[in-house]
Amino acid sequence: MLRNIVKNITAKSLRAVGKNNGLPPSLSHQRSLASVSKTELALKAEKVKVTFVLKDGKRLETEAKVGDTLLDVVVNNDLNIEGYGACEGTLTCSTCHVFLKQSDYDRLPEEPCDEERDMLDLAYGLTDTSRLGCQITLTKDLDGLEIQVPETINDARN
Amino acid sequence: MSYKLVKRMFCSSTIKKPPRQVCIVGAGPAGFYAAMHLTKNLDSVNIDFIEKLPVPFGLIRYGVAPDHPEVKNVINQFTKVARHANVNFYGNVTLGKDIQLHQLRQHYDAVLLTYGAEEDKVLGIENEDAGNVIAARSFVGWYNGLPSDKDLKIDLSCKTAAILGQGNVALDVARILLSPIDELRKTDITEHAVSALAKSKVKEVYLVGRRGPLQVAFTIKELREQLKLKNCSTIWRKKDFEHVEDVVPNLERPRKRLTELMLKSLNESGKSVDDLNSNYFKPIFFRSPKKFIVDSNHKVTGVELTCNKLVGEKLEDQKCIPTHEQEILNCNLVFRSIGYKSIKADNDIMFLNGLVPSNKGVVDDSNPDLAKLYVSGWLGTGPVGVILHTMGNSFQVAKVMCEHLTGADTKIKGGFQEIKKIISVNNNNFVDWDGWEKIDKYEIEQGKKLGKPREKICSIQKMIEVSRA
Repeated sequence: MLRNIVKNITAKSLRAVGKNNGLPPSLSHQRSLASVSKTELALKAEKVKVTFVLKDGKRLETEAKVGDTLLDVVVNNDLNIEGYGACEGTLTCSTCHVFLKQSDYDRLPEEPCDEERDMLDLAYGLTDTSRLGCQITLTKDLDGLEIQVPETINDARN
Repeated sequence: MSYKLVKRMFCSSTIKKPPRQVCIVGAGPAGFYAAMHLTKNLDSVNIDFIEKLPVPFGLIRYGVAPDHPEVKNVINQFTKVARHANVNFYGNVTLGKDIQLHQLRQHYDAVLLTYGAEEDKVLGIENEDAGNVIAARSFVGWYNGLPSDKDLKIDLSCKTAAILGQGNVALDVARILLSPIDELRKTDITEHAVSALAKSKVKEVYLVGRRGPLQVAFTIKELREQLKLKNCSTIWRKKDFEHVEDVVPNLERPRKRLTELMLKSLNESGKSVDDLNSNYFKPIFFRSPKKFIVDSNHKVTGVELTCNKLVGEKLEDQKCIPTHEQEILNCNLVFRSIGYKSIKADNDIMFLNGLVPSNKGVVDDSNPDLAKLYVSGWLGTGPVGVILHTMGNSFQVAKVMCEHLTGADTKIKGGFQEIKKIISVNNNNFVDWDGWEKIDKYEIEQGKKLGKPREKICSIQKMIEVSRA
């Protein structure tokens, strides 16, 4: 199954799959400390500002590395967004669902793939500018990006 | 007079209140998500999980299919919660047996029931007890290593199997039956299941639905995966899709995309080349099982199906009614996959329509002498939805609990110190989190020897032994 996904999605999400799948958090942490390649060092210099706006209006502003996904940003900066990224970026849940502004949505380099759309279809309050945070990789262009985080305290069956 | 006492007398306002004692019954996703919210949002709380099995994670461990390891990544988040100093796990403790609900409510400030839905619904038709009519739930438990299902009697030597039901569990069962065995070997599927499936002769699996393509309960991800399965062709019945195309434009996005995927597959199915080695996946619609047909040994040889039709103008209000037409589906293996149901674990639990009724998760706060009782997850909502829904529901209930627990002062409760005295009369074998970590390590080591991520221990006795090693 994993193979099926990998086969059909972009290199970007493939990276996410490879990076996170099955690794306990302690391991993935070690990994990020241990393997600092030259390219990673170069990227380190490149930081952008990202703001997550929660449902209650709380704004979580943070500096993020270019090349990281929004899920990476939440995990690496320990942002308090409850339950975010349950499947650790492997496109098998929709807990990292975010809303973007139309203009931001439009300027993302890649459209959501079928597998991302499949998971979005299970999310609460799906909109036309919904994306999964694990599938959005930060570029320099996205400096100042503002992301709306939907309410998770919700019950579709009520 | 001790220093502590002096301090308490003079600086009572600065002394930290004793932690609120919360008991969560059932260490599956609903319980862990509630604990996550409670630990984050309460200053001073102690949370004790009571779990029937010696091991945690409920349906993440015993429900999620072995070929979906990514879904199990959430265990990492749950493990973080469990490692909090103020969170404790007590496995191998059964509510209603080792401890009674009223005792929990006596010794805690709040009790949350999250023990899910562990039994499967039955059809209530003739010969349902026949040989090789299997509860999908038991089959899932069998390949996932649930101790109570490890000795499941299943005969996989036949060519055709039928699954009654069209939800995600039904698709999991189909996929496990039809997947190339070498793909499964790499997963944490139990060895007893792998060796049985390696000898399986099942090549054709029917997925029987009461209603039509527009009402299927499985989700698009699971269908897409099935359609891409190696060495397996999907055959739909064209007749089932009459007029479906016409309504597609008016559907909401999720249902629309799911229906479009089925239609695309339907239109492609003619093109696939028949291969002698190919397996077949055959969804059929508008059929309700009427009775099982059996041989002289009371073993299933087929299902008699009643043909249904949809009536009603508006699509969303359409109802399914039986016609006089019947059909026989010959098959020597049948899975019943029409949903799960909860059990009443303790006599004091109120039960209505198969679940514990509540007001936003609050079950009972009428007795001032007992802790408030809450419910979340499938036990409270019914067995529907994916983990995201359980997460949302548990956060919601935990939020209400936080509001109550930050309220007025109450008497100091003994929590597990008191409960332990009651339990140990009959059961000295509870497994704590350290014990689980030993089991976890042992299972991963055993898996390594077999080239898989984990080989689960399927005996409760063995789990207890390993936890004490």
